Amino acid sequence: MPKRHAWHEASVTTLPVMFGYLPLGAAFGILAIEVGIPAWGALLMSLVIYAGAGQFLAVALLAAGAGLMEVAVATLMLNSRHLFYGLSLLKRFQGAGWRKPYLIFALTDETYSLLTTHGGERDLDHAQAFRLSLLNQLWWVLGSAAGVLIGTTLTFDSRGIEFALTALFIVLTLEQARRLRQWLPFAIALATGLGAVALLPDRHLLLGAIGATTLILLADHRRRQTQREALSP
Amino acid sequence: MSTADLLVFIAVCATATFATRVLPFVALARQAEHPLILHLGRYLPPAVMMILVIYALRDFRPLTDGRLNVAPDGWPLILASLTVVVLHLWRRHALLSIAGGTGAYMAMVQLGGTP
Repeated sequence: MPKRHAWHEASVTTLPVMFGYLPLGAAFGILAIEVGIPAWGALLMSLVIYAGAGQFLAVALLAAGAGLMEVAVATLMLNSRHLFYGLSLLKRFQGAGWRKPYLIFALTDETYSLLTTHGGERDLDHAQAFRLSLLNQLWWVLGSAAGVLIGTTLTFDSRGIEFALTALFIVLTLEQARRLRQWLPFAIALATGLGAVALLPDRHLLLGAIGATTLILLADHRRRQTQREALSP
Repeated sequence: MSTADLLVFIAVCATATFATRVLPFVALARQAEHPLILHLGRYLPPAVMMILVIYALRDFRPLTDGRLNVAPDGWPLILASLTVVVLHLWRRHALLSIAGGTGAYMAMVQLGGTP
């Protein structure tokens, strides 16, 4: 694939993320300025932390004057779902070379979703995965910059635009279902997801649901293995 | 807060975030071909996608004071989601589905709902 074409394809693929990241990043920028973080600090956070919910949490902790230990623990807890993302990408990122550290650093919910769904029958190559990851962060940083610059004056009524991320997740779920043609992971997710919504506080919801799903998948793997062993003499 | 304090604060956040992302790659680098890891690689992404959908819709409240809820956390959320599903099953064009659903949601939120 020629380079220009590849970048073009990557920007089209990340378009839905852009619609989510620009307003969300802007919201972060505005919030950061509001609690007294300087503009360069807000931008630096979007460059080196790069975590949607994580950065909102960081602003809240900063405003509350939380201690560094508290900050570290809260961030680890909030982002621990990323552990499971890595588990399912170990093989995919093999041989990514110099791009690998960035691919790992930039592994947000949205980038994970794009990387695990797109590419049709064959997996995306590392170069294209890198382009998608980089563009997604670019949208996030641009959004943050806009938020920092604009402050609280919005010229365009963008209420509701953040639904683009929900729509993206719905589309990716449908694509995954089409690709896999098995109901098991979806049934597990439905049970753990709804269970977590019912039982867990908001900040532990994703971790609880994804953690429980991983455990159930591990148990399922073990069950299949014993079945196979029982079948073969 | 001084510049140095802010830099330390950001460094702590960045390190903690990166730690959660890099840990599996460091701890399990030699296990990438393990059947268990392959099993997770196959089934975890679709499950996570479904969970993210549920998470994104978790604030849905069908009723307010016994009446249909037409605020941003009410029926617009479900109607827009159904729009995405129908569009996607019909045309299977990701951008069209997302733009259609988002446009429908923005219209409902901005024109109706909030008094």
